[in-house]
Amino acid sequence: MPDVQALVNDFVLKLKRRKIEGSHASARHTAELLRSVISHQRMRQTNQAGALIDAVKAVGEQLIAANPVELAVGNIVRRVLHIIREEDLSSTATAIEGLGLSAGSDDDDEGQYEDRPALSAAALAAAARSTLRAPSLQTLLGDIPGSAVTPQPPSSWGDSEGKSKSADKNLRSRKLKHDVIEAINELIQDIDTCHEQVSEQAVEHIHQNEVILTLGRSRTVKEFLCAAKEKNRSFRVFVAEGAPRYQGHVLAKELVGKGIQTTVITDSAVFAMISRVNMVIVGAHAIMANGGVVAPVGINMVALAAQRHAVPFVVVAGSHKLCPLYPHNSEVLLNDLKSPSDLVDFGEFSDCMDFGSHGGSPLLHVVNPAFDYVPPKLVSLFITDTGGHNPSYMYRLIADYYSADDLVVKQRSTS
Amino acid sequence: MELRRAPRTVIDPKVRQVGFITPGATLPPARSHSVPTDACSTSPPALDVSLPGSSISPVMIPPPRHASADGLSSLARSAATAAAPVPVPVPASHLRRDTVQIPVGSYNPSETLLGSSPMMSPSSGLDAGSEFSNEVPTSTWLGRRGSGKFASSFPATSGEMMAMKTTGGGGGGSTPKSSLTTASVVKALPGVSEKDGGALIEMQNEGTSKPQKQKTSKAERRAIQEAQRAAKAAAKEAGGVKPSASSGGAVPALKQGKVAKPSSQRKDGPQVTAPVTSSEKKVVDRLPEKDRKKDVPHPRMQFDDKHRVEKAKRRAVVNQSEARSRVELFRHLPQYIRGTQLPDLESKFFQLDPIHPSVYKVGLQYLSGDISGGNARCIAMLLAFKEAIKDYSTPPEKALVRDLTAKIGSYVSFFIECRPLSISMGNAIKFLKSRIAKLPHTLSESEAKSSLQSDIDRFINEKIVIADKVIVRHAVTKIRDGDVLLTYGSSSVVEMIFLYALELGKHFRVVVVDSRPKLDGQALLCRLVAKGLNCTYTHINAISYIMHEVTRVFLGASSVLSNGTVYSRVGTACVAMAAHAFQVPVLVCCEAYKFHERVQLDSICSNELGDPDVISKVPGWKDLNHLDNWADNENLQLLNLTYDATPSDYVSMIITDYGMLPPTSVPVLVREYRREHLWI
Repeated sequence: MPDVQALVNDFVLKLKRRKIEGSHASARHTAELLRSVISHQRMRQTNQAGALIDAVKAVGEQLIAANPVELAVGNIVRRVLHIIREEDLSSTATAIEGLGLSAGSDDDDEGQYEDRPALSAAALAAAARSTLRAPSLQTLLGDIPGSAVTPQPPSSWGDSEGKSKSADKNLRSRKLKHDVIEAINELIQDIDTCHEQVSEQAVEHIHQNEVILTLGRSRTVKEFLCAAKEKNRSFRVFVAEGAPRYQGHVLAKELVGKGIQTTVITDSAVFAMISRVNMVIVGAHAIMANGGVVAPVGINMVALAAQRHAVPFVVVAGSHKLCPLYPHNSEVLLNDLKSPSDLVDFGEFSDCMDFGSHGGSPLLHVVNPAFDYVPPKLVSLFITDTGGHNPSYMYRLIADYYSADDLVVKQRSTS
Repeated sequence: MELRRAPRTVIDPKVRQVGFITPGATLPPARSHSVPTDACSTSPPALDVSLPGSSISPVMIPPPRHASADGLSSLARSAATAAAPVPVPVPASHLRRDTVQIPVGSYNPSETLLGSSPMMSPSSGLDAGSEFSNEVPTSTWLGRRGSGKFASSFPATSGEMMAMKTTGGGGGGSTPKSSLTTASVVKALPGVSEKDGGALIEMQNEGTSKPQKQKTSKAERRAIQEAQRAAKAAAKEAGGVKPSASSGGAVPALKQGKVAKPSSQRKDGPQVTAPVTSSEKKVVDRLPEKDRKKDVPHPRMQFDDKHRVEKAKRRAVVNQSEARSRVELFRHLPQYIRGTQLPDLESKFFQLDPIHPSVYKVGLQYLSGDISGGNARCIAMLLAFKEAIKDYSTPPEKALVRDLTAKIGSYVSFFIECRPLSISMGNAIKFLKSRIAKLPHTLSESEAKSSLQSDIDRFINEKIVIADKVIVRHAVTKIRDGDVLLTYGSSSVVEMIFLYALELGKHFRVVVVDSRPKLDGQALLCRLVAKGLNCTYTHINAISYIMHEVTRVFLGASSVLSNGTVYSRVGTACVAMAAHAFQVPVLVCCEAYKFHERVQLDSICSNELGDPDVISKVPGWKDLNHLDNWADNENLQLLNLTYDATPSDYVSMIITDYGMLPPTSVPVLVREYRREHLWI
């Protein structure tokens, strides 16, 4: 599968060079890439799920290493791994049932298996939740039948009748791959439509004459506000411009285009204005398992100011931004330093740079971080495509989307 | 107030001054006089700047929070000064991180026992007393109560007087008045030689002479000052001999160290001992009560009041057309379309004869933004007024006092049209007007003019230039080796602090935080880097990122309001908030003349709106043109606030020329300062 490897390398390069940025774009690209990886994966007859998982892990490891800060990549890799495990589990369950080894208690699973392609994202999540009550135990069980089945005679012997075990197995092998790809397609669709599901909830949170503050630009926030406007709520938005990228200007223009009363303020005026604001709505780069938020730089300042004035601080984000990792020192470790040229003009400071030549270390440092970490205590509410949640609930929500085995996406040395 | 205060000091001898007293910055003037002249010669050039009235503020609430700090710092000071004349690295200070309280200054073990009981009997604690009496002169009230008597009872030259005082103090308060002084002022360390007491008394007597001097005309004052200086030199010799005889061993060394330490702004401060008549004294006493009502700040012009706005517009010189897209929340503030005013004003230059050219020039500079920053604007305005006064001649059949006041008033309204006044400018104008109003009628016009001009010079010198130096001396004690200091925007006094600390050889790093649209931090950054300081530059959004490595935050202020709110460049509140969240101490540096008795809770009721157009354009981002033609869309407004209000609980300490205070002490200082302000 050389073409797949080329695709992977291309994507890795893009991530490394920060050509692809933003959690939505990188999540989508990752999902598409993994889909093609899976579809090109030649299926062995034994332990197919394991093979798929290994292949995805191998690619995922490269992708995550390419830009560890782009947490959405890792999220999607884990989501895909989880999908494979789930599909494998359910198909194994049906296989076991087909073999007559399972009792009637697996009716539930069978129903899932048949319905799955038609399930909506929410139903999928609900289904995943039901199967994941005890994640580690489930995955344990999911692994054992897979390996237990492998010693059975391979299906390539080509029995003519589909009723035989081996034929069933053959069908299953194709079925598994097919199902996984189906599920990934749904995931991609999910990523694309998460804004709609988030913004459907807008009217529940924005009332008439509300004053909302946001910083920078987030597509989810834009959709959220526009959805409220479409429901004929009239409200006012303060947009902090969000140095050093000044995406707030873009957001302001978009909001004004929708007829929303918009006021652009400088970032420094956030504290001055927050006392007249009813709600802060911001987007996120990633939501960590502890309920903390990795967000564009400056949001922590807004969150602190909001806390000071008891203004609700609402984070809107699609579920692909839910990251199963717990942050440690994330201001530094989960951050990216951008080019100083965003802040200072090199021409102006080139004469200053000369002073830096003595002593080895330069006198002038320009720090331009890309992200802020907002601790969970500053967040009032998360609005994701599955509804509103407390920061303290995020770990549970995250457990629905990921298997505990995949938290560390590293290939085991044995495989 | 006078009457209330004096008995209290008798009852409670442990009255302390407000705020920290810096080791380095608080060299009693008397002390430098009492040392041999060679020691004096080593003192830095700052010493010869005269600072007559800037330290008159008898703020005497006992702040329990800083009790130990005061004792320790005074102790540390004596230790530090004893150690060496070279700048002493300050190992730690007691700020917000109140887990440990380490004394400032290098700790001399031999003197540690002195610090064990900071509160001692008044007679034993002379050293700290002398220190404090210099810094926040309790001598003001003394000056009015005691010194009146002193001056009248000893109308001789000050040389004699000081000699007398010295002996009196040395005797442990044989004179009733001086003993009272000692008792009330002293609070600290035991075991100080008698000679220090002498110095203390001597110094206080200098202090006592301060309030009287306002009553004299400039010429008189100068004459007296000359005589005084001569007398002083003699006294100095006498004083220098005396301690060396009376005290032994370590004391001379200690003194020398102190003198060599760069400090003592007002060494030859007010030595005027003009005879004070009791009637004048009474006038002074009555003033605060009378002014109490008057000094309640006028309600500011509210620009949503259509009627008044129309009225103001008719009078206006500058063509002001209201901006179209205005933020609803800020209807009460003026916002004009920029760009039209300047050419309009320029074209009117020859028609506007009532406005003096220098005033006109400064107004244009305000309008174009060439002069910005509280101190710069205030100085420019005062100098313009000085020029205008110099060229002023009273029209026939008019009184100078009234006509000049009206003239200044018209200049001020011209300035307001160019740019709303800062609070510091308002205070300076109030000062000038009160000086004009109090001109004695006996003065001729030229005398009055020269008196006013010298008053203006004195205000600039004392309240701004020297105040900055005092603040720098105070603040530099809070900088330790290895510190990472953060500042926001560009504050002149903070820059001076950094440069002075660099001069002292401290090793530290500076983080300059900046924000749009002014980006004046870049200019500061350029200057600091050019001096060889290790700098980090970032924008305000990254404040949470950078705050992890910061150990101190130094901020400038446009004004400090009497509820402790720091009114400063927009963004300061964000920086202070982040520092508070990360438990980094916030030190606000602000000259006392910028304090104001107004109170404010938010940044909206009173603010200044800048040009909204600068928000839509980001220099260096050519493709960022989303907000072009923003004014055409009625749904879109741009808001360019100039100031914000930092709540007082984010501020650990306010460093003023009167010392270092907690924000809760601001109203006290404002009250006392205002009283003093009327005397100047």
